[in-house]
Amino acid sequence: MTSTYVKDARPAVDQEPAAGPANRRPRARRVKDWLTAVSFTLPALLLFGALVLAPILYALYVSLFNWGGFGSPEDYTGLDNYTRLIDDPVFLGDLWRGLLLVLFSIVVQLPFALAMAVALNQKLRGRAVYRMLFFAPYVLSEVITGVLFSMIFAPDDGLADRFLGSIGLDGLGGLWFADQDTVLPTLFLVMTWKYFGFHMMLYLAGLQNIPHELYEAARIDGASAWHRFRYITLPLLGPTVRISAFLSVIGAIQLFDLVWVISQGGPDHASETMAITLFQFGFKRYQIGYASAISIALFLISLVFALAYQRFVLRRDTEGALTNMRANR
Amino acid sequence: MPASDFSRRRFLGAASAAGLGAAALTACGGSDSGSGKDSSGRTIVEWWNIQTTEPSKTIWPERAKAFEAKNPDVRIKLVTLENDAYKSKMTALTSSGKLPDIYHTWGGGVLKQQIDAGLVEDLTGPMESMADTLVPASVKAYQFDGKTYAMPFDIGAVGFWYNKALFKKAGIGAPPTTWAEYLDAVKKLKAAGIAPIALAGKEKWPGMYYWAYLSMRIAGVDGLQKAADEKDFTGDAFVKAGERLKELVALEPFQKGFLGAAYSTPNGEAAAMGNGKAAMELMGQWAPTVQADAGKGIGKDLGFFSFPAVDGGAGALTDVFGGGGGYAVRKGAPQAAADFLKFFMTAESDRILVEKANMIPVVKDAASALTDPNLTAVSDMLAKSTGFQLYLDQAYPPAVGQEVNDSVAALIAGSKSPDQVARSVTQVFKSQ
Repeated sequence: MTSTYVKDARPAVDQEPAAGPANRRPRARRVKDWLTAVSFTLPALLLFGALVLAPILYALYVSLFNWGGFGSPEDYTGLDNYTRLIDDPVFLGDLWRGLLLVLFSIVVQLPFALAMAVALNQKLRGRAVYRMLFFAPYVLSEVITGVLFSMIFAPDDGLADRFLGSIGLDGLGGLWFADQDTVLPTLFLVMTWKYFGFHMMLYLAGLQNIPHELYEAARIDGASAWHRFRYITLPLLGPTVRISAFLSVIGAIQLFDLVWVISQGGPDHASETMAITLFQFGFKRYQIGYASAISIALFLISLVFALAYQRFVLRRDTEGALTNMRANR
Repeated sequence: MPASDFSRRRFLGAASAAGLGAAALTACGGSDSGSGKDSSGRTIVEWWNIQTTEPSKTIWPERAKAFEAKNPDVRIKLVTLENDAYKSKMTALTSSGKLPDIYHTWGGGVLKQQIDAGLVEDLTGPMESMADTLVPASVKAYQFDGKTYAMPFDIGAVGFWYNKALFKKAGIGAPPTTWAEYLDAVKKLKAAGIAPIALAGKEKWPGMYYWAYLSMRIAGVDGLQKAADEKDFTGDAFVKAGERLKELVALEPFQKGFLGAAYSTPNGEAAAMGNGKAAMELMGQWAPTVQADAGKGIGKDLGFFSFPAVDGGAGALTDVFGGGGGYAVRKGAPQAAADFLKFFMTAESDRILVEKANMIPVVKDAASALTDPNLTAVSDMLAKSTGFQLYLDQAYPPAVGQEVNDSVAALIAGSKSPDQVARSVTQVFKSQ
């Protein structure tokens, strides 16, 4: 069984006839290859195990306890933390707000970034400057962005209200971050300002890879600008769009620093995200058990999304790689 | 900028963002808190403190040097950490059971947890000779079951800081002493087009002060203590405290956008006071400094009055809500640790802290060194206090303290009823 496996598995590599006594050598080599592979990957595996897998498993373990962080966890409560989680209005709110942010990101932020990318892909005076300007917010740290926009959106005294007042649109000004109803839209505005440049850059890179000849051919065939965009740009940009949507969604799910600086999840939890709730319980209330349950929930949501996305959306983009691997085997 | 070092609250606000990263990093760092001898055979005593700003930053090492000069066989090693970084590092050290020889503490629930874990030295004996020299309210936070577990070095209290000029403009003669008068003053200020109260709604703890003081005035300090002991805040007094607060909130007394306002930022609570845009704030002894730092400061217009009494309440106008800072000693630390703390809190030494570091005197005999009129007002209130309640978020376990902050913030935002606040706090307390 083993020998046939070896023989079948490596027909291309083994140039020697794999029969008779010669069988031994490949097997020895097989073991040696294995050892080489293991010795090369072992350090990485150990690090991955110690720094990624072990903490996840430990969080899973801790999430079964009512534990305040002192000493070792002793008060075993089974799945209590999880049942509490699905009853917690703040956590359920987190899920709802997370969903809203994800939807907003995909429906507003990405199309906007794409439009900017297409615009800045034209021959345009000073387009390098525009590209840099739009990308600059992404380089700025989240904390600085948060502090900056807290000042800009300060009611009455902030730049936003002053500006709106000076052009006679006082009515549009408001409480921005200081009201339960407006905090999330305002936050989303800041997120878009901060991150659309990054997605724009991805799209620009994608656009550069689309051969010019296609556009020329389409133009000769009399395709309008919209048709060229719809039938050439968009399909060929597909892989980039799918990756950028993936990054955007993961970013929205794990959003923390910007919100923490701007509103700490307030007023009255109106801008709280899962990561904020996790931090509140873990490092403010020291309810490590419950915080671990939240972290496991966050982990599972990200994992399921990532796997499902890979399986169903990115499949076409990775198909080539996978089939190649299969052929090599 | 003087005196900012004693405002724990301020650090919480200003550093919560920046400190986050630092806290995460330092929490993982190694520590060598085990004491030993240095190369010249002197006993090393580690002294963990949070005096990261001037003038304390200079005065603290000076005090250590002064002690070393008198005790050549001891070396005091200072470890100075930023507030939030210190807290996370202490959480890690506490769970590992290895505390520094001398470390900063705010007393209350966290210190109690450390004591229960058997990590803290009982200082009742060493401090016996000086017990009478200290302001009683300053030691309260560190006493459990008749034993004292830390040496206080700073004390402060919360009250209303108000703008005399704005009160005059609104036609308010004298600061209110009852809740009814207080609500009346708020209405007058509102009628005069002045924002009556500055509040940092984003940070939650300033709102908690209102509920805490109202609970103290209605249930009394003893009633509050009893509720904490029984882990039950569903009593009538606490629901009433919430109702009084709701009464106040219904007058819409806060500055515009208060729900998003931080405490010490340029458009936060302190700045609103410091720039004369709001008439009063309920805040601790650090308020004048932060007002002048975040805003312009209102100088001589600034006045101070105690939280008003509530009719029919069990608490007195002279009961004080506050807290300070102290130093605890780890179990098994060298004798020199306690010796140093006794040296640190002699009248002579405290006088230096009062004069140069703008602390409120903890040693009675150091009181004469106090010259600042604002701090004198707070110091007088403390000296005359009939009862003392430590900040709730320090007195109670962290989860309970945060729940109080959170629930009261929800009450102020209008999403929780007074009854729900009492029940949420009780529920979390019982789960601890």
